Amino acid sequence: MQKINVTTPMTADSVKALKAGDQVLISGTVYTGRDAAHLRMIKALEAGEELPFDVNGQVIYYVGPTPAKPGEVIGSCGPTTSYRMDDLTVPLLAKGLKGMIGKGERNQTVVDGMKTYGALYFAAIGGAGALIANSVQSSEIVAYGDLGPEAIRKLEVVDFPVIVVIDSEGNNLYETEREQYATK
Amino acid sequence: MRTIDVSMIRESIKHMCIDANYNIGMDIKAAFEKGLEVETSPIGKSILVDLLENARIAGEKQVPICQDTGMVVVFAEIGQDVHLVGGDIKTAIDQGIRDGYGEGYLRKSVVADPLNRVNTNDNTPGIVYFDIVPGDQVKLKVALKGFGSENMSRTKMLKPSDGIKGVEAFVIETVSLAGPNPCPPIVVGVGIGGTIEKAAMLAKQALLRNVDDESSLPHIKALETTLLEKINQLGIGPQGLGGNTTALGVNVEVFPTHIAGLPVAVNINCHASRHMEIVL
Repeated sequence: MQKINVTTPMTADSVKALKAGDQVLISGTVYTGRDAAHLRMIKALEAGEELPFDVNGQVIYYVGPTPAKPGEVIGSCGPTTSYRMDDLTVPLLAKGLKGMIGKGERNQTVVDGMKTYGALYFAAIGGAGALIANSVQSSEIVAYGDLGPEAIRKLEVVDFPVIVVIDSEGNNLYETEREQYATK
Repeated sequence: MRTIDVSMIRESIKHMCIDANYNIGMDIKAAFEKGLEVETSPIGKSILVDLLENARIAGEKQVPICQDTGMVVVFAEIGQDVHLVGGDIKTAIDQGIRDGYGEGYLRKSVVADPLNRVNTNDNTPGIVYFDIVPGDQVKLKVALKGFGSENMSRTKMLKPSDGIKGVEAFVIETVSLAGPNPCPPIVVGVGIGGTIEKAAMLAKQALLRNVDDESSLPHIKALETTLLEKINQLGIGPQGLGGNTTALGVNVEVFPTHIAGLPVAVNINCHASRHMEIVL
């Protein structure tokens, strides 16, 4: 299958152009954030404070990398399971977040939010952390450094391979593909 | 009586933490290759190719296969004719973990308190189970357990009348509910019998067996085969994107239980099934 090149930040149009099942190579900036960082961002919004970076048009990658070995940009950095961020996602979509990269299912609240605000959910290959590290050109901690592996990092990536699992119309590749291969 | 210095234990734990995180098990590599032959989904096939490539890169660069380098679970079997010297063994094991996760550039994934959640920054403490066995050797079995799959594990107290069909249904339901979350293709450890914590322990120990290992008990071996077949008919496939390689293997362990009970535990492992053992 032909892979589609996508550059971040994303726009309403570039989100709409992608459909569940599309294999995509992402280039540009993506921000890392997982459990503890999401909790802090949502608490910041609830307290009426600014987020540590402008999420408008951006893509968040659910990952906690291993420490970089000397001479390396980043350690192994595959996706973590996404459902743990489900309750902490819609306020970020409302602020303009256009994409999330993780693995595993999302709940209906997230899917509804993606349809309302126009966003995509991509899956990267879980457990392929050494392979994915090859797509990362630079990594810099931009917030919550005390969280260690859970700090928010700004990554510059080139041709980061992902698959659109849920598109902005709510089509879900996990559901359609599983159905197709299940023995009835 | 044989004397063993705990510094040997510390050193062994350190090496196993690093080695198992960098180098894929031969049993898992063989299972990926076997999966490639039978997988019918094009996306599934391409994911298996990527996982083999990932393992090759990790081995060549000596970096972790997966960024979740796990919480360390140690089963320590101590021969009753061994005299341990040079300090206490629990401290030595934790020191080995600290050394391994520091020197190996492994991720520190442990928080000191499940509710306050402050990272201990050295991946300690490990979860250590001691057993006293005959002889004058020390056997250390280490599992580096990732939590994407640990989170999808379940335990249930079945009725004796539920029997083998009840066990099968619970295992299949657990894998089905987990879907794409635990990084399929998965390895499934099942513990049947004992008490609630014994069943969970058996399920963990089942994951320490190689993925192609078969039970020596005929009825349990048959159960392992049936479960693997049924799991691979669910359609979940590699990464949950469809296919017939949902599990690489199912290992089942059993133990005597009470006349009133049939405890079952299902411990799920991702394809980065990292475990090692050493005899001192």
